[in-house]
Amino acid sequence: MGERPDGQRADEQGDHAVSQSTVVLDPTAGTTLSDRARSPRPTSLVGVTVGLLDISKPRGDVFLDRVAERLGEQGATVLRYAKPTFTKPAPVDLRHEIATQCAAVIEALAD
Amino acid sequence: MLDGTTRAADEVVAVMPPALVECTVEKVAVNAVMAGCRPEYLPVVLAALEAVCTDEFNMHGILATTMGVGPVLVVNGPVASRIGMNSGVNVLGQGNRANATIGRAVQLVVRNVGGGAPGGIDRATHGSMAKLGFCFAEDEAGSPWTTLSEDRGFNRSQDVVTAFCGEAPRVLVDQKSRSADSLVRALAEGLRASVSPRVVMGMDGMLVLSPEHMSRFRDAGWDRNRFMAELAGHLTVEADDVLAGAGGIEEGLPEGFAGMTLPKFRPGGLLVVHAGGSAGLFSAIVGGWVNGPMGSEPTSREITP
Repeated sequence: MGERPDGQRADEQGDHAVSQSTVVLDPTAGTTLSDRARSPRPTSLVGVTVGLLDISKPRGDVFLDRVAERLGEQGATVLRYAKPTFTKPAPVDLRHEIATQCAAVIEALAD
Repeated sequence: MLDGTTRAADEVVAVMPPALVECTVEKVAVNAVMAGCRPEYLPVVLAALEAVCTDEFNMHGILATTMGVGPVLVVNGPVASRIGMNSGVNVLGQGNRANATIGRAVQLVVRNVGGGAPGGIDRATHGSMAKLGFCFAEDEAGSPWTTLSEDRGFNRSQDVVTAFCGEAPRVLVDQKSRSADSLVRALAEGLRASVSPRVVMGMDGMLVLSPEHMSRFRDAGWDRNRFMAELAGHLTVEADDVLAGAGGIEEGLPEGFAGMTLPKFRPGGLLVVHAGGSAGLFSAIVGGWVNGPMGSEPTSREITP
């Protein structure tokens, strides 16, 4: 607690001698998250189109080949997709393509 | 803080990944205050953000990758000494406000405005000091060579920041070489292990050459072009040594490279900067990340008031 200009100690009046209002600036973008409802979950895989997205890291194809095999056995139709590079987000067109063609998508992350 | 730039507070500097939100000069200024910047550093922070928020630099991927890389910022031009940046003793270490806070401000903007917080979009396995903020100036006055920014097409009088996607620096020791030929071979040998001896051409690198190491090349009359040519001659990899499976190690190049001699770095994939204290027969290596259109390109921007 320091001395105020009027000679009183700040704690004598129960405040901190702030004579001007303090403006706190927000360092963030100030955006808020919005909730979106999930698409309905498929109850069966029979006749359902499932997209398999390879992010283009080594051996992702090995994993997805096996997943495709298992999905086929369960009656699903499989469509394969790949990101141009694993280092960047999937292009908007690719995301749109998957969203319009598939009821579900499985992504092979890496290695 | 806003007095440090002539740009309007509401001007959009960049679209900030990963959330892809427009970031204004004012938001950058708020974060620059938090980082500890002085107002005169702000133009460097703004130019650095313009450089990293490009498709070719790919800040989103650099943030999201599990590898511990971040934007390494090198400042060239009169601005460096004008704002008191360090290019000498302990250049990559602590103790200089401008070096320490400019890189930190860039990181805070990405985190606070872009939403790229560790554990969220940032998935680094270990991270590295490069992700805290990595910024330094080239020692231009003490170098007999053209500067990094000149090498990248700018004039010496221009203020330029170059962003390179890299990890924390490591020391490369050579205390015995007295000739340029010996030292360039030693540097090549050390650089061959950048990131991994088995990563060939796919990731870039940066060499921070110290003044004492530079003196070997100065004494021999080598300019930057001569040095780069000599270095490239030694900085090759015998593919057979690093094929997948060679030496009992499964990591490595595909069989299709068998029998080839390959350059460690792609053309232009090694950035060389002169900086450091006047004593010490060390240089520093900064390993890179996936390069080119598939990953990150080194990106330079002019610093304007």
